[in-house]
Amino acid sequence: MKVESYVLLFVGFFFGCVGLAYWFLSSEDAGSVMLLGTFLLGSVPGFYYLWWSRRMRPRPEDDPNASLEDGAGVVGAFPGSSIWPFVLGFGATFVALALVFGAWTLGVGLFLAVAALVGVIYESRRGGLV
Amino acid sequence: MTILADRPAAFDESPALEHAQAPSGFLKWVTSTDHKVIGKNYTVTAVIFFLLAGCMAMLIRAQLANPDSTLLSQHTYNEMFTMHGSLMIYLFVGPVAFGGLANYVVPLQIGAPDMAFPRLNALSYWLYLGGGSLMMMGFLTTGSAADFGWVAYAPLSNSINTPGAGPDLWIVALILTGFSAIFTGVNLVSTIYYLRAPGMTMFRMPIFTWNMLVTGILILIAFPVFTSALVMLWCDRHLGAHIFEVQGGGVPVLWQDLFWFFGHPEVYILALPFFGIVTDIIAVFSRKPIFGYRGMVFATISIAALSTSVWAHHMFTTGVVLLPFFSLMSYLIAVPTGIKFFNWIGTMWRGSVKFDTPMLFCIGFLGTFLVGGVTGILLASPPIDFATHDTYFVVAHFHSVVMALVMGAFAGFFYWYPKMTGRMLREGLGKATFWFMFIGTNVTFDPQYLLGLKGSPRRVAEYAASEGFTTLNRISSAGAVLLFISVAIFLVNLVVSWRVPIPAGDNPWDASSLEWATSSPPPHHNFLKIPPIRSQRPVWDQNHPEHRILEHAKPRFGGLLANAGGSTVLLEDLSADGDEGAEGPGSDDYGGTGGPVL
Repeated sequence: MKVESYVLLFVGFFFGCVGLAYWFLSSEDAGSVMLLGTFLLGSVPGFYYLWWSRRMRPRPEDDPNASLEDGAGVVGAFPGSSIWPFVLGFGATFVALALVFGAWTLGVGLFLAVAALVGVIYESRRGGLV
Repeated sequence: MTILADRPAAFDESPALEHAQAPSGFLKWVTSTDHKVIGKNYTVTAVIFFLLAGCMAMLIRAQLANPDSTLLSQHTYNEMFTMHGSLMIYLFVGPVAFGGLANYVVPLQIGAPDMAFPRLNALSYWLYLGGGSLMMMGFLTTGSAADFGWVAYAPLSNSINTPGAGPDLWIVALILTGFSAIFTGVNLVSTIYYLRAPGMTMFRMPIFTWNMLVTGILILIAFPVFTSALVMLWCDRHLGAHIFEVQGGGVPVLWQDLFWFFGHPEVYILALPFFGIVTDIIAVFSRKPIFGYRGMVFATISIAALSTSVWAHHMFTTGVVLLPFFSLMSYLIAVPTGIKFFNWIGTMWRGSVKFDTPMLFCIGFLGTFLVGGVTGILLASPPIDFATHDTYFVVAHFHSVVMALVMGAFAGFFYWYPKMTGRMLREGLGKATFWFMFIGTNVTFDPQYLLGLKGSPRRVAEYAASEGFTTLNRISSAGAVLLFISVAIFLVNLVVSWRVPIPAGDNPWDASSLEWATSSPPPHHNFLKIPPIRSQRPVWDQNHPEHRILEHAKPRFGGLLANAGGSTVLLEDLSADGDEGAEGPGSDDYGGTGGPVL
């Protein structure tokens, strides 16, 4: 996990320095705020990973001498085919249409989106199709 | 990533039986959460947008082939260049890289069974398709499609200057595709951080995967800013928010600030994946390890970091930006990019280079990107930028860059098509595609540098015969015809390979990264068996045990050491009992490092 955290910490470090320099040189608000946001985007998860990497054993993927057997076990749960991302995407598109043409597509869009969210949650509990 | 101690019952059944029941055809397109299917969907959809945008470019070039042309009305011309730019940038070059090729290839390259969040991945695709469709719907509205340029500068983009549903559709479409990109970025970073195979340490990942990690982080930095700026613009147009309007106390130039904070990293979100593709392909077709692997990784990270601190170099002529800061930062990007060029050449140097189609496209990429990059350094200088801002010089500069990326996309497509389909594309037609594209790119865009220096403004539908732009514009339009022919040959190639297949086998290029260890196309969840990962080139080690790179080889008395691709290679064992321990690579395959090396 160490290298992963260093990548993010570098993002935080770099934009911290650039943000400070930019603020003192320009006093421009918008750019400084965006650089501050970028600093946080790197440093918050970066320090979290660093904190964790000191408290866990190296994972098999961090160990250059690991064999495949070291990674035996459950890798993760990968859902099978699911109609719900399509329904959610369709619903979101209808919601977006409502922003252009007025409210009548909003109902359709929200209905599809909520149905999809419910569907996804139930599918996660039951397990979906392949 | 969800880690379940006990899987739901549905997953515990015999996998072969379940997968036989997997949907096919239309239902597969709509329901699949397999990263390979989604990657292909993305690629095909992006290529369709590419063809549409290409047709718009042909109309633009037809309009400009003659002075005082009346082929397109000025209004239609505005629509054409706006939608050409929007489709190419937002819906083709980016999505084909991080949604298409990366989605397909990254899990395979790190030995993962799928992306970390498969359903989120599918949602990304549907948001992208929905957004793209909404943007194209603009042509069906009574007003017109968006016509304020792909950058939508305020106050041109407000509801008085560009009223109607077309521009609104453009805005909400990009909000949707923005979310799609953010989800893909989250997915890429999580997949690379959490789903690598045992032994696949960060510094053993192929450069393409490294670049996609950095691209993913860059997406997370840039896209939220753009999406929020679009929401603000929508509020301005519909709710009277006056964020970008002077009348209500707003600041129009704020739009440029927000847009380019996204827009400049976006250029590198487009570029970095293709840098990665080119790096991997050059190494495979030079039959050598990558020269300076760690240098490549650090250069990628530096480019990404610097790219987010140069956004206002697009705004030099507004007069409100800090010129020295942004100029210096823009110049600095040349350093890591130069390192990359050095390493690409170093990888080819004294390798046994095979000029197959993917490699040709990579070399075309190098040449074209160099032209675009060097003219970019010119534009980083404020005095030159003041003189050339909004002229065809800028158009030529970024088309050199983007056409290089398109060549990178074709390189990746020709390289991974056998893995995706199990069939080869035809070499002869592929080489014809390359030469038409390479020559066409230069014939189209090199005259535009001269046009820009003569003062031809961009985004203007007509020019008078007396202005002296006619000849150069005609040459440029002729070049566009060559580009059209090259894409037509590519489509013929696809049809031929589909009708008369040539089986590809698992590893047609004798490549070295993990995706070539599995079958073509790979099975559900990618791998039946993963080779041991002991270096950056696990498949090479497996297929060429006599030429293994041994990462942990210790220097012995009399041995010569060289650092090749971040791995310590024992080149020549000069000690008498050199038959045990590390084996040196043969000088045929390691021509660049064979012989006396220091």
